[in-house]
Amino acid sequence: MAGAALPGRLTWQLARVVEVTPETAQTKTLVLDAPDWAGHRAGQHVDVRLTAEDGYQAQRSYSIASAPEDDHLMLTVEEIPDGEVSPYLAEELRAGDELELRGPIGGWFVWEGSEGAPLLMFGGGSGVVPLRAMLRHRAATSDSTPARLVYSARSLQDVIYREELERSADGVEVCLALTRSWPEDWTGHRGRVNDALLDDIAWPASDTPAIYICGPNGFVEAISRRMVARGHDPVRVKTERFGPSS
Amino acid sequence: MSPISRGFHGRRHGTVDPLRVPPGQYVTRDFPVLSAGPTPRAHLDDWTFTIDGAVQSSMSWSWSEFSALPAETVTKDIHCVTKWSKLDTTWRGVSVDVLFEGVTAEGAYITAWSDGGYTTNLPLADVRDGKAWVAYEYDGQPLAPEHGGPARLLVPHLYFWKSAKWVRGLTLTVTDEPGFWEGYGYNNYGDPWREQRYQGD
Repeated sequence: MAGAALPGRLTWQLARVVEVTPETAQTKTLVLDAPDWAGHRAGQHVDVRLTAEDGYQAQRSYSIASAPEDDHLMLTVEEIPDGEVSPYLAEELRAGDELELRGPIGGWFVWEGSEGAPLLMFGGGSGVVPLRAMLRHRAATSDSTPARLVYSARSLQDVIYREELERSADGVEVCLALTRSWPEDWTGHRGRVNDALLDDIAWPASDTPAIYICGPNGFVEAISRRMVARGHDPVRVKTERFGPSS
Repeated sequence: MSPISRGFHGRRHGTVDPLRVPPGQYVTRDFPVLSAGPTPRAHLDDWTFTIDGAVQSSMSWSWSEFSALPAETVTKDIHCVTKWSKLDTTWRGVSVDVLFEGVTAEGAYITAWSDGGYTTNLPLADVRDGKAWVAYEYDGQPLAPEHGGPARLLVPHLYFWKSAKWVRGLTLTVTDEPGFWEGYGYNNYGDPWREQRYQGD
């Protein structure tokens, strides 16, 4: 069992799985009861540790999908087909199981509420997860910061949290960019995020938006480069990346 | 004691010698990219590398001076705090020992600083005596910007956030001053073999 948390120390703790909710064919949300959780800020992540019967352990990091104000800690996990940990979390874990974790981790890619500047977010695939935590935090605190989310997914079926994003709070605009396939009557953006889309949706540098970009490295690299080229101060462009260099 | 994760068997390291993989790490063949912001694009004409701070006199090299310094090729295992390790990575660059020839240090710590504002702190002893390089080639090619090019610090015995990408200088300090991630709760020292990921580990 995890001991009493020392100040400034991240101890391993046990959470109980309340439910595992399918989001898309590849992603599931783990809803956790974490009695020792000390709270987090939207955008942070946790380390999860699995232990086999012979003592072998594996650890991975997952973004927190829930707002600090939510009743449960939530992680949304994308199943990597040949992965070691994500297939276990997505396919094997059941309500009632225990899950060892520690966190929250990371203090840079966080959004804590109105800074007097609009919130401009870009999510690629499961990179939307920490951004969803930011939107939930915004809604839970009735923050009126104008917020825009550009969410790039392969197809409509791959869009995580689709219903929730469609009924976003006032002042939130969600723009879906579908990169591989789209319904015949799709009126949203088709293809990758490009300058034409940014012209439509990105606040100009003079509005000094707080910019958060999370996704596969190629996605983050392409958009962060464009935002810097459009005059945004690189210090206001926060990135969280996963996956290899292209 | 960690509880057994029901139904978890794990995928062992296969052909990899487990003694080369620190606790909690897994081996990857990819080269993942992790950066807190946009990739800075340096112009080599303006690039300098400096050693300053608590030293008797500062040193500075232009790109052409730096590339003319004696370089070596080293093959090392690297370990990222986000859990991946990559074995037998080959780098070419200048040993920090070469850079410190003729430098009289008056502080026992360094802050490595980079284009884009990134910093990380290390004891000076951890970059001396063949333990660290300023690398500008990876796998026989110029180091790609995403991986820290034109040059990055390479300190393979510590977690890889200590190997500052886009490094431009080392500033010696008398007291140990937390760098970027160290100020956000990551471990001040970062020894992968003692699994010093976060504060208090």
